[in-house]
Amino acid sequence: MHVVIVGNGITGVSAAQTIRALQPDWQITIVSGESTYHYSRPSLMYVFMGHMRYQETKPYEDHYWAENRLDLMRGWVTGIDTKAKRLSFSDQRTLDYDKLLLATGSISNKFGWPGQDLPGVQGLYSLMDLKALYENAKRAQRAVIVGGGLIGIELAEMLVSRNIAVTFLVREQSYWSNVLPPEESAMVTRLIQAHGIDLRLGAELDEILAGPDGAVAAIKTKGGEEIPCQIVGLTAGVRPNLAVTEGSGIPTGRGILVNDRLETEVSDVYAAGDCAEIKTAGEERNRLEQVWYTGKLQGRCVGSVIAGQPEDYDAGLWYNSAKFLDLEYQTYGRVWAKPKEGEVHHWWEEPTGPRGLRIVEQEGAVTGFNVMGLRLRHRVCERWIQEGASFDYVLEHLAEANFDPELYRRFEPEIRAALSRGPVSVG
Amino acid sequence: MARALPVVTDYDFDEEAHGFGEPQETPAQPPSSLPEKLALALVGTGLVFFLIQIVEQLARAELGDALWLPALAGSWVGFLSSYVLMGVGATLYFWLSYKDTHEGIKHDGVYFGSMTAKGALAWVSGIGITGFYVLLYWNAEYLSFAVRLCDPLSVSFTGKPANQWFLYGLLYTVLVLAFGVRTIMKYRHNRYQIVRTLSVMFFQLGFAFLLPQLLKRLYSFEAYPTYFWPLDYDALFPGTISDLWNNKGHLGTFMLFWGLIMTFVATPVLTYFYGKRWYCSWVCGCGGLAETLGDGYRQLSDTSTASWSFERGLIYSVLGFIALTTLLLWGHVQGWLPSGSYVNLHAIALGIGLGGSGVLGVLLVRVEGDWRTKGTSARGVLYLLVTLIACTLAFEGWLLYQVQNQGMNATVTLGVALSHLAKLYGFAIGAAFSGVIGVGFYPLLGSRVWCRFGCPMAATLGILQRFFSRFRITTNGGQCISCGNCSTYCEMGIDVRDYAQRGENIVRASCVGCGVCAAVCPRGVLKLENGPPDERWVNQRPEMSPTGRPLPSMKD
Repeated sequence: MHVVIVGNGITGVSAAQTIRALQPDWQITIVSGESTYHYSRPSLMYVFMGHMRYQETKPYEDHYWAENRLDLMRGWVTGIDTKAKRLSFSDQRTLDYDKLLLATGSISNKFGWPGQDLPGVQGLYSLMDLKALYENAKRAQRAVIVGGGLIGIELAEMLVSRNIAVTFLVREQSYWSNVLPPEESAMVTRLIQAHGIDLRLGAELDEILAGPDGAVAAIKTKGGEEIPCQIVGLTAGVRPNLAVTEGSGIPTGRGILVNDRLETEVSDVYAAGDCAEIKTAGEERNRLEQVWYTGKLQGRCVGSVIAGQPEDYDAGLWYNSAKFLDLEYQTYGRVWAKPKEGEVHHWWEEPTGPRGLRIVEQEGAVTGFNVMGLRLRHRVCERWIQEGASFDYVLEHLAEANFDPELYRRFEPEIRAALSRGPVSVG
Repeated sequence: MARALPVVTDYDFDEEAHGFGEPQETPAQPPSSLPEKLALALVGTGLVFFLIQIVEQLARAELGDALWLPALAGSWVGFLSSYVLMGVGATLYFWLSYKDTHEGIKHDGVYFGSMTAKGALAWVSGIGITGFYVLLYWNAEYLSFAVRLCDPLSVSFTGKPANQWFLYGLLYTVLVLAFGVRTIMKYRHNRYQIVRTLSVMFFQLGFAFLLPQLLKRLYSFEAYPTYFWPLDYDALFPGTISDLWNNKGHLGTFMLFWGLIMTFVATPVLTYFYGKRWYCSWVCGCGGLAETLGDGYRQLSDTSTASWSFERGLIYSVLGFIALTTLLLWGHVQGWLPSGSYVNLHAIALGIGLGGSGVLGVLLVRVEGDWRTKGTSARGVLYLLVTLIACTLAFEGWLLYQVQNQGMNATVTLGVALSHLAKLYGFAIGAAFSGVIGVGFYPLLGSRVWCRFGCPMAATLGILQRFFSRFRITTNGGQCISCGNCSTYCEMGIDVRDYAQRGENIVRASCVGCGVCAAVCPRGVLKLENGPPDERWVNQRPEMSPTGRPLPSMKD
């Protein structure tokens, strides 16, 4: 049995590990055009900022793969013949499979802006993008970043670390306000400004202008302002990378369509991670899941399915985390930017520092946390939400969830006092 | 509808060979402010006055009283204008350069800097520090001009002029204090780091510098209360104990009991409750220097499984060496050994060196895989054996030279052989390893080379921490994104990420509890904690395949 996995990101690698654990004798090949070995995609920024070298981003030492008999193949897949069960590569090589997993990840969104393919215009997702950024940064005094999400703020931090001035265009009136509630969003907005980033709220890109050398020289906003720049970072989200499925007959929607077992409609072809769209996912959860841990969980799930021990994909309770410049953010359960009907949002914010805690309550039970500048225990928050712990109970036992380093100032008394004064918003 | 970027299929950059970490030129840094420049000018002035006084002493040695200059070297003015000015200038500079920055992790450009990424500056510094230690231990006369400058301070403490050890203690303390300010400013958003750094500064200044000088003045006996067996390797030798008991008065008796209590009571009890960090990153002088002067080099510690295997073999060999030497010396004075019988030094050296290496190699390969500690690496074991055999052969070469050219007798009584063994430990481990390699190689191998590969105290504390302690680093559920900041900045070379990405707690003998992994983690995944020992092994939700079989990990 030969399993071929296209993509050596967290999903492909998690699947390979799971298959290896369940099927010690199967041949497993992981294919990637991007890198020889699996690396941690979230570390791209740390390489550019000089916190790490590329070598440090690899979660496993190079000898790991041979020791676990996971064959690595470097190359770009350009076609899939699902009848002959054969992959073809850009350099004319082919590879036969018995079972195929597509874990091709994402690509950056572009929205048809004039000039979006000029030299100096780029996203930030892959090693190709990192390489481009090294080149583009050499000649840059100013960059314009378009799109106020997580990648945009990371790119801003990266460029600022190299003393390249950054103008950050955000379509909304406050940073990431379609995801973050107003208080959290305002906190991050203030932080961005304090870090010397030229934040333009309510600003949209109209056009990217080329200079005499054919590369980016400026952008024009919808307001008509022209901003000279040598880099344009397009960070308006990502979308599934469907390139390998073209002409293969594997059904796609926004992503590669799969069922709850991450099987496509074509037999022995599976898809998981960023590139997969789960047809049967409920409306609470996104049909596309494009964060690190869901990639890992989907990889493990599809690995079990491929190895013949199927079970349905279950992502568990939603959670996530990020770091905005120096500010850590964690979220447990679903916290919407605006309270949904029946939801009560409680909010505490420390006056002197960027710290805040939001607790969402619905019909007396806690359903979500947003944590800014503090750390909470994942498993405790998860248990409270799953068990439907009451708001009063959570408030009283908040210290159990504290995950801040030892000797840190404790805020539970202030939080209790502030939150018992009443909610900040009600749906 | 969003239009996607064209998919690249011609990208064939070799990231393994070329990496991404090196920009073509170091990114432009904002210029220093005027106060920062003034602080650097203070350091420069101190250096100039230091050199003036060296030249002055050379001239005085040549011209005697004919030199008309007033004596600067050996005066308070001389001392203040050199060492103190440099220390104050550096401290000021560190404070000024961080005070207006945003609170948070300060690792921008670490891998671009010549000093922090093994560039030319690092090599020059490494060779410089190594050279200083060689002079300090074996050619102190070359330091005499620098020693003279500390005389006023030494005289005011003890009434006696300084020697090279006073100079060493002074420099060590000044470095821990100045770089301590840097560490505090760098991590000033993190109270654990602030308090811990203040602690090592306090213990260095108070217990490793001022108090010993005070005791020397009062009792003519320099005692170091934070320095005990097995770091103080001869503390349990029969000669040391009888000397403290018989010749050093009340203080000697006190220090004898103090040392025994610290070794046999305080060490296991404190390690049980807090882990080895209570000593290694809160009290110890070696740790103090590593956490302050060495902080900029922490990313250089090798994280591979090979270095881990090497580390375990070497550090427990050192502990075995000193424990065995101590036991044999006791056997000798108690008359349990045939101390009068003759032995051949060649046979002993080759027997212990080669025989011991062989036994150790077999043990590592056979036993390590069965322990709950993972990560046996044949390559690491091989490196270790090569190192041990090379040391043995080097020693044998030295012995041959002594016998053939210096008239040394290779056949001696067992008693004499044992005293040679104790001296060998002092030379090879106490001086060469802990000082020359341990600190001299900071800029090339990271800040904890000695603590990680050689310190017998760390070995003892590590065994306690591993098997009898409440300390662990807890992993926060599924938040890890495998970014690797923790592993990169672990000064002990622990591959923290390998545990964190599987949701497993980190229980490792070598962890000194500095807390930097938790500080640099961008997702709030790691927390140093004390709790019931059994719960250390309980994963909150172990990283398993959905069907319950463990995934193959790096360390299985």
